[in-house]
Amino acid sequence: MSNAPLIVTGVAGLAATIAGGALPRRVRVWGATLLTWVSCAAAIVGAVDVLRHGDSLILRSSQFIPFTGVNLALKPLGSVFVIATAVVAVASTLYWTGYAKHGFSTRSASAAMALFVTSMLLVPAAASVSTFLILWELMALSSLLLVLTDQARREEARSAAQWYAVMTHVGAAAILLALVILSTHAGSQSFDAIALHSRQLPSGVRATVFLLAVAGFGSKAGAVPFHVWLPKAHAEAPGPASALMSGAMVNLGIYGILLVGDQLLGGGPVWWWLVVMALGVVSALFGALYAATSTDLKRLLAYSTSDNMGLILIALGASGLFAANGNHAASSVALVAGLLMMLNHSVFKSTLFLAAGSVQMATGSRNLDRLGGLMRRMPVTGAIFLVGALSVSALPPFNGFIGEWLLFQGLLHGLPTTSTAIVIAVLVGVGALALTSGLTVVAFVKATGVGFLGRARSDEAILASEVPRVMQLGAGLLAMLCVLLGLLPMLVLGALDRAARSVTGTSIQSPVRGWSALHLHGLHGVIAPLLLAAGLVVVTALAGASRRRAHRSASPYPDLRSTDPWASGRQLQTPRMQYTATSYAEPVQRVFDDVIRPARDVDVSHAAESRYYIERISYYSTSDDLIERKLYRPFIAIVRWWGERARSLQNGSVHRYLAYGLFALVVILAVIA
Amino acid sequence: MSVFAAIVVGLVQIVVVLVGGPLLLGVMRKVRSVLEGRRGASIVQPLRDLRKLVTKQRLRPNEASWVFAFGPVILVSTAVVVAGLAPLVTTRPPFSVSSDFFALVFVLLLGSVFLALSALDTGTPFGGMGSSRAMTVGALAEPALLVAILAMAIPAHTSNLATLVRAGLAHPELIASPARILALGSFLIVILAESGRLPVDNPSTHLELTMIHEAMVLEYAGPDLALTTLGESMRLVLLLGMLVNLVAPWGIANQAGPLWFALGCAVLVAKVTVAGTAIAVFEVFTAKLRLFRLPELLAGGFVLALLGAVTAVVTR
Amino acid sequence: MTIRTVLQALVHRQRVTEDLKMASSTRSPSAVSLHGSLQLRHVDAGSCNGCEMEINSAFGPVYDAERFGVRLVASPRHADALLVTGPVTKNMVGPLLKTFEALPEPRLVISLGDCAHDCGVFRGGYGVEGAVDDVLAVDVHVAGCPPHPEAIIEALRSLTGQ
Repeated sequence: MSNAPLIVTGVAGLAATIAGGALPRRVRVWGATLLTWVSCAAAIVGAVDVLRHGDSLILRSSQFIPFTGVNLALKPLGSVFVIATAVVAVASTLYWTGYAKHGFSTRSASAAMALFVTSMLLVPAAASVSTFLILWELMALSSLLLVLTDQARREEARSAAQWYAVMTHVGAAAILLALVILSTHAGSQSFDAIALHSRQLPSGVRATVFLLAVAGFGSKAGAVPFHVWLPKAHAEAPGPASALMSGAMVNLGIYGILLVGDQLLGGGPVWWWLVVMALGVVSALFGALYAATSTDLKRLLAYSTSDNMGLILIALGASGLFAANGNHAASSVALVAGLLMMLNHSVFKSTLFLAAGSVQMATGSRNLDRLGGLMRRMPVTGAIFLVGALSVSALPPFNGFIGEWLLFQGLLHGLPTTSTAIVIAVLVGVGALALTSGLTVVAFVKATGVGFLGRARSDEAILASEVPRVMQLGAGLLAMLCVLLGLLPMLVLGALDRAARSVTGTSIQSPVRGWSALHLHGLHGVIAPLLLAAGLVVVTALAGASRRRAHRSASPYPDLRSTDPWASGRQLQTPRMQYTATSYAEPVQRVFDDVIRPARDVDVSHAAESRYYIERISYYSTSDDLIERKLYRPFIAIVRWWGERARSLQNGSVHRYLAYGLFALVVILAVIA
Repeated sequence: MSVFAAIVVGLVQIVVVLVGGPLLLGVMRKVRSVLEGRRGASIVQPLRDLRKLVTKQRLRPNEASWVFAFGPVILVSTAVVVAGLAPLVTTRPPFSVSSDFFALVFVLLLGSVFLALSALDTGTPFGGMGSSRAMTVGALAEPALLVAILAMAIPAHTSNLATLVRAGLAHPELIASPARILALGSFLIVILAESGRLPVDNPSTHLELTMIHEAMVLEYAGPDLALTTLGESMRLVLLLGMLVNLVAPWGIANQAGPLWFALGCAVLVAKVTVAGTAIAVFEVFTAKLRLFRLPELLAGGFVLALLGAVTAVVTR
Repeated sequence: MTIRTVLQALVHRQRVTEDLKMASSTRSPSAVSLHGSLQLRHVDAGSCNGCEMEINSAFGPVYDAERFGVRLVASPRHADALLVTGPVTKNMVGPLLKTFEALPEPRLVISLGDCAHDCGVFRGGYGVEGAVDDVLAVDVHVAGCPPHPEAIIEALRSLTGQ
């Protein structure tokens, strides 16, 4: 199998970066976009080739990177992630060509976009430690540049970039440590060599490596409690960048955990996968809860990313648990469910972020409490957002539903076991799946309903108009993909099955392959998404038609009258009297008050004449991230205290600094000797 | 089963649920009236109401989008699809390949979500209030529902509803098992929550601030209101039908043949009527729970389901 | 609630509802379009609540208006007819008109009580704008101060035809 696709991906990606940095403004964005498309197309071709034949695409060279050389090997598992990234990248860059007029067409932003896409395409193909880390770092730096595009105007963008920079590098440090431990033991950097030798490591070292990898990769994926950067960075990045970050970059965290857990370490004891599942449960619940109570549209989407990644971690953890217990059928179902959910998430989350970017461009605001009435003013964007919202809420006939169904089936069929740990884990997993599903529905009905439906709550919403065609097309392509994947998941399940088989060794598809129904191999589980969808469409059309027909023929008043909404006869009814995002989430917030603990403040100002005449009452309720408040801020405060203490060492005297140098030299000589 | 027979079976189930919905509503109102010491409207009164509603003018808030008009349609169509696929009259409904319990529940959820969206589209505070409360109740009821489905699916090794009903017919001891009883108790609480009956929600209240489901439909008139009422009553019939077929499946048509099928229809009608009457009697003697106590009730349902699931695993 | 209370209610229940006969000529032309189903939205435009107590009684166990196909609803969008009591006070003119506007066609107005007809004992009051006649076009009027529940029911039955 020729490795030309890999070469083309790399070269075109590099060319795109240079084009983004060098071309004049008029052609910069289109130039970088077209070259990025070439790179993505080559990546898809290569990945499909790998999945069809089961071999790997290998590319080794000692030329490009000094000291270590480039070592790329695209395997079936990595191919799935490459396809997800490529699809999202094609649509996002198309969208970007329309969005770029918003100060997003600078040299650094264009080059960063292209570099970001290329590095994400190549990370799943990396086959040695140095290649992997270099690509990982390129990915982090380019996305950091993208988060910073708005930093001149917004303080929050700078702060978000700071958090992101620190946390991604701490995560990278953990990953580096884990991979270095493995490669020093194996005596070689190549992943194949590491996989061969890792079995001989003592179990304590293996556990440490696994935990470091889970922490580092989990942070990239947005797993709680390492997720704190995600709502900040994904919310502050511009539309297409946040689509790429949420739709493609977080997947690589999942890839990393699978890489280290299954490929490099070759699987492990049960408690590893319990840790992964626990991480997943906490992320899913936390993310869903904060999405449900968030009033900023993009923060809501970012927390929902954390939630979905948590569900994928549950799937991965369940898969590992069942495999360790010997139940390979359920294990492969769970793993395929996880991969399918990853793919679905890429598609629908990027749809949502692109639509949110359109809303931000049209109204200048991300605050749901200032939006509303956009469905009539931006019908295409509204419909796209609705499709994305129905997909993330896992409703048939869209794509999120099949992923959740598969996960449920995997958990159900993993239950016949004697191990108490697995029973508890499965029950907790199903409960978490259900609760997050419900909270996600609340979050997205809120986002769609408060943001797009009803009456406009502010001037900027009243004056909103539809975005350029190119942006509609970019987001619309992904929305159509949501529908397609929901109707015909069988299109991708074969590929996912092959990827999962490379990890677990069994497959899920029944020997009888149909195009309309999905059968689980060896288990009793079947679903027919196309049939459900067809039934829904036909019956909905019939119901709508019969309503019109019956009404026209029976009523002496056949026309639709448009009236003011009924408001109990109130004389004054303003759009501000509608439910806001805060009020919509209030019942949820009340139930989960102990977790969210919003800070409340009531400010009463009196009239000048008398204390008894109240002029204005202001009520503030801010709910910031609980983990950030309880875990990170105290830690940052301690570090800052330590830093200020250490500052006393710098008193400006050259003599003292020379003495420090001498002291350090003496200590090092003593240690070496 | 031939395609023609499958279509006939599906259509008959749909018609039974379509007509049975308003009739069930009439029966429940009649039972409540009789227990209150009066005569009450006749059982077919809801059908008369629907007929009159179709002739009335259609109204629309002037800033609503297409979602407002679409909501009632999708509410009814999801109920019709589930009516065609669920094992109500026969244990082999058409396309039983898709009568997965999980799938049916999520199809019904699609209808609720669109109703909630349409309520927000009205632009009134009542719509938002009803939508917010209904979605929160749904979110808290979902863990109970899915774990209850899990508890019932564990002994049968599948979550396909038709298979579950057949398993109940073949092994009656499954129905009397503690796991199934606990799971069905939880399912009953979820049904009360999802269909807006007491003690979760009073369907005949006039006080807007106490409404959950009613508040979502305050803005609909004429045929839209007819569709909404029809859809909600169909959902109640469907949920009760699924419940009674899991509790007492005897009488459902297990073999092919028009006679068995007719018997199945009659038995379904009888069973759902009994279940509806029981709920109506319960409603007369219950007060509505205040909104802040609802999470406790739904958490109780979740605990029941969890106990059922643990029992199912332990007693396998 | 216990099993005992339920059984007691079922066994010892007494139906207190009175049987009412209807004269055959009192069917209104609007009854045709209503098909035997009438939903009412009650608006208190300024009454002393005497009429409201009679409405409660008419829908209560003794007179039971529901058995004739009538129901009180919360939203005017769900209603066929507005049931207005009391004289229309100055502050209620706007809300009353808005409520009437919210009803879908075909719609009716039923004015209940002498106050609704000609302001009754409140005629000339400083807060009173006028009778319901002066604000809306009234289709059916029920006389009395307050009207007898049987009179209310007769008017409603003329509309439902049951």
